[in-house]
Amino acid sequence: MNDQTKIDQDRAERTEKLQGMGCKRKRVEDVRFTQGKGSYVDDLKLPGMLFGDFVRSPHAHARIKSIDTSRAKALPGVVAVLTAADLKPLGLHYMPTLAGDVQAVLAEEKVLFQNQEVAFVIAEDRYIASDATELVDVEYEALPCIVDPFRSMDPDAPILREDIKDKMEGAHGPRKHPNHIFEWQIGDKEATDAVFANADVTIKEMLVDHRTHPSPLETCQSVASFDKVKGELTLWGTFQAPHVIRTVVSLISGLPEHKIHVIAPDIGGGFGNKVGAYAGYVCSVVGSIVLGVPVKWVEDRMENLSTTSFARDYHMTTELAATKDGKIQAMRVHVLADHGAFDACADPSKWPAGFMNICTGSYDIPTAHLAVDGVYTNKASGGVAYRCSFRVTEAVFAIERAVELLAQKLGMDAAELRIKNFIKPEQFPYQSALGWEYDSGDYHTAMKKAMDTIGYKELREEQGKKREAFKRGETRELMGIGISFFTEIVGAGPSKNCDILGIAMFDSAEIRIHPTGSVIARMGTKSQGQGHETTYAQIIATEIGIPADDIMIEEGNTDTAPYGLGTYGSRSTPVAGAATAVAARKIKAKAQMIAAHMLEVHEGDLEWDVDRFRVKGLPEKFKTMKEIAWAAYNAPPPNMEPGLEAVNYYEPPNMTYPFGAYFCVMDIDVDTGVAKTRRFYALDDCGTRINPMIIEGQVHGGLTEAFACAMGQEIRYDEHGNVMGASFMDFFLPTAVETPHWETDHTVTPSPHHPIGAKGVGESPHVGGVPCFSNAVNDAYAFLGAGHIQMPHDAWRLWQVGQKLGLHN
Amino acid sequence: MIPGRFDYHRPASVEDAVALLARLGEEANILAGGHSLIPLMKTRLASPEHLVDLSGIGNLKGISVQGDEVVIGAMTTQFELISSEELGRHVPIIAETSRLIADPQIRYKGTFGGNVANGDPGNDLPALMMCLGATYAVTGPDGSREIAARDFYQGAYFTALEHGEILTAVRIPIPSPDHGYAYEKLKRKVGDYATAAAAVVITMADGKCTSASIGLTNVSETPLWASDAAAMLVGTSLDKASVDAAVAAAEAITEPASDMRGPAEYRTKMAGVMMRRALERARSRAKG
Ligand SMILES: Cc1cc2nc3c(=O)[nH]c(=O)nc-3n(C[C@H](O)[C@H](O)[C@H](O)COP(=O)(O)OP(=O)(O)OC[C@H]3O[C@@H](n4cnc5c(N)ncnc54)[C@H](O)[C@@H]3O)c2cc1C
Repeated sequence: MNDQTKIDQDRAERTEKLQGMGCKRKRVEDVRFTQGKGSYVDDLKLPGMLFGDFVRSPHAHARIKSIDTSRAKALPGVVAVLTAADLKPLGLHYMPTLAGDVQAVLAEEKVLFQNQEVAFVIAEDRYIASDATELVDVEYEALPCIVDPFRSMDPDAPILREDIKDKMEGAHGPRKHPNHIFEWQIGDKEATDAVFANADVTIKEMLVDHRTHPSPLETCQSVASFDKVKGELTLWGTFQAPHVIRTVVSLISGLPEHKIHVIAPDIGGGFGNKVGAYAGYVCSVVGSIVLGVPVKWVEDRMENLSTTSFARDYHMTTELAATKDGKIQAMRVHVLADHGAFDACADPSKWPAGFMNICTGSYDIPTAHLAVDGVYTNKASGGVAYRCSFRVTEAVFAIERAVELLAQKLGMDAAELRIKNFIKPEQFPYQSALGWEYDSGDYHTAMKKAMDTIGYKELREEQGKKREAFKRGETRELMGIGISFFTEIVGAGPSKNCDILGIAMFDSAEIRIHPTGSVIARMGTKSQGQGHETTYAQIIATEIGIPADDIMIEEGNTDTAPYGLGTYGSRSTPVAGAATAVAARKIKAKAQMIAAHMLEVHEGDLEWDVDRFRVKGLPEKFKTMKEIAWAAYNAPPPNMEPGLEAVNYYEPPNMTYPFGAYFCVMDIDVDTGVAKTRRFYALDDCGTRINPMIIEGQVHGGLTEAFACAMGQEIRYDEHGNVMGASFMDFFLPTAVETPHWETDHTVTPSPHHPIGAKGVGESPHVGGVPCFSNAVNDAYAFLGAGHIQMPHDAWRLWQVGQKLGLHN
Repeated sequence: MIPGRFDYHRPASVEDAVALLARLGEEANILAGGHSLIPLMKTRLASPEHLVDLSGIGNLKGISVQGDEVVIGAMTTQFELISSEELGRHVPIIAETSRLIADPQIRYKGTFGGNVANGDPGNDLPALMMCLGATYAVTGPDGSREIAARDFYQGAYFTALEHGEILTAVRIPIPSPDHGYAYEKLKRKVGDYATAAAAVVITMADGKCTSASIGLTNVSETPLWASDAAAMLVGTSLDKASVDAAVAAAEAITEPASDMRGPAEYRTKMAGVMMRRALERARSRAKG
């Protein structure tokens, strides 16, 4: 072995030991999760703890004539029953939403959706609390309700929000009707209209991204414990953004923020459901403040599905204008957004429709206009980003369905049409017509790799033959090929664009190296299963040369973690991941000075080598990070303050724009409407890959949720506003049996502005997956002249498509 | 999802159970595997004050052949229906159907008797018992009696069982060794009740159908025995025209609810599709 090989081998061994970026490090949190040793909110047991449960409205819209709590209070074990009358003197019967609206904590004069919170019973155990809810007598006078958002702004529509009926200026400008929330516009309307007026070819379709729910396995829950002597509140809860919750609790309760300790322990999935604030959190806090003992609130499954934030419910009139040969010239979209009874969307405050304006997608569309109207209906409130950056699933669904419809109209292959309109690699950074600056991308390479791998040409040939066979009556199966080429926008975000209730959307990392060279690091984000404890450690390991196994990552305790905006919208890696790298580099810079002092050379004479600084040209003269850490505390250079730690609050200069090429092959049994996914191929480009195994896991999870949403998952209401199917019997949560096999792949186009070039991946598969499934279904029926088929594509709905087309005779 | 208050009893014999039920009155309910009753209690659609658990009664479990019948104890689990070699040999459609019930966890606890006594049209075994011509043995305060499965189901959660009566066993005539059978179930996902399902048992001789029996699951207030449809098949070669006519006759007796599984019209048609597919498979299995 020559010297160079030996050096290379030694370096490779030391690199491997670090378990840094790029390696498939096993998830450290799984050691406790797989042994049932996680510690969730509901695991918390405090001395004297009481339990709360809600009395909920059976009506979608009704006036409350009276509430009588006397029978409930008389039940042994019941400690208190809160109603709006108790909260009103404290100013807590309403709470602010992230979207600039207010939301009832406990209904005062009216209920506005079925299962709305009316009273909060606090008792010695959960069983008594639940029994007592049946003893609260509420007299209602039912009112006509609005279920169809297209009826919300009818002149004779019942006014839902009497509390704000005279307030014709909303958080986002004038309201056109008492049931109107906002109108939001972007783009050049005149120019867009002009292109449409003169276009060769146009398409227009109402694309509905139906109402569904993020449905994390762990429901929303909290435990509040108020110490009357110290005047301090500790609040444990299922919070994707614990620091924001602390600030909000301080603002609405009047308690000083330093006397509020918000802790998010292990969280069993969030997917957007745990971003906002809920009545249960407020009631547990009020209960504890009033009673001076801890109060726990745990939502059950039906409450979760029917009351805490839903997702989607976007009705998108989508238009494209193109030349005869398929160059897209303009896009025009109008969205009617059903926000339910209160605008509790979880978007950055200036973005009432989230980042819906990413809807020009991966295409170079020079002119576009988007208008969104938000309205109230008698449904649960929300509009959270379900495993996507804000409204990005909706946006990608709109563009990816629209290009398919355009291809169909032009008689062009849908892949070819996409390639023809892709933003070219040399156009990045690319200014979109609706205001974004895409940081980077190489769409052509990704698309080609995907098409070659899946065997696109052969699949189309097979489909052609199948279609002929179907027409001849030789098969009752239809084959569909779905494509989606999505561009995500994640990592909110730059303060010029993004804030939540005035709080800029930076994020943070604090890294502390102990004298013996192990590390504790804390971030302002909060994992809900994403594997942060594993991946942040890998970033630090690579940056400062300490093995990932010697690095502990801690999140969720707002007393110890630096302030951050939390985890949602795939922002952890783009923002807190960047903060982690920057903080690590600060440490490395100090370490270099210390090493120079130790080695008695000039700083500039040192070079970094995996886990150590060594003297250039004298590789045997070096100091490892471990040695440097000891010296940092015990023998720092003169005039240098001891210690080795750093904090970074990272303000991202731009969003990141992950993208991907997805293909789905589907076979549909015409007689039952049952669709089987034969293949699903997902190529993701999330820039630099920190842990390929975690990426793969995220892609699998996101695709599974995309499959669910596209193929059956929904929150439906009947005409009386009764919520349908809000349990796992009906709400489609696929098991391993239904879930298709996923083929994953990747290209790497690093983000030019992110310190390690990473872009975020947790939500891409969901965003790209939903339209891919829907396109496959639509493609299967397209040759029969089906027109656009709305989601969800469950069996009975597909059977109805066949019925309409006369396929069952 | 929190049940109301109840007292729990665990008698050791059928006599004790019957006596307890008589003493406790209408507010007492029998508990078997709990996989239908407890979900109802958790959503407070049922709030019994007393649960009388049958799991402490030894002789309610087991599968045996008695003459030309198979006798299955009420507390035999659904898992045991699948794993019994003897049952598989004589009446294989029971295992085929049981495999499509819920999921393995539920089948380990859920019982045969609970499934057929429950009276939920979504249960899979009742239509099968009607198809097979089974007889239910029940014991109550006034002694024991037998009820034909085909006479047992009167409405959703409403059966010929009187309050205080316990289903102890089910007797199933062993079909001819040459019979063909199939259970076809359309469901949205594993663990789901049927959108529609069909149980078919036939015998064939010289290419002609010599007997047929058809049960339909979850397409009416009760499980259905499609006797007219079955009669139309006897004597035919199960040619397309005969099958079409029988399917139409079976569809005609369905009266499904519109629910999240689909509108009534769809579920009726799916009963037809399931029956057609079950017939095809049964025919391929029938000897003769
Ligand atoms: C998620 C889920 C999915 C399911 N899917 C299916 C499915 O696809 N197909 C299907 O068929 N079933 C399904 N089930 C129901 C399951 O098979 C139940 O086990 C079965 O219906 C009831 O049996 P049990 O032993 O659990 O009865 P229990 O729940 O204990 O009792 C059910 C009812 O029957 C009465 N009862 C029980 N035993 C007797 C007896 N010996 N005499 C008199 N009365 C009695 C009880 O009083 C009660 O009213 C599902 C259940 C769940 C929770």
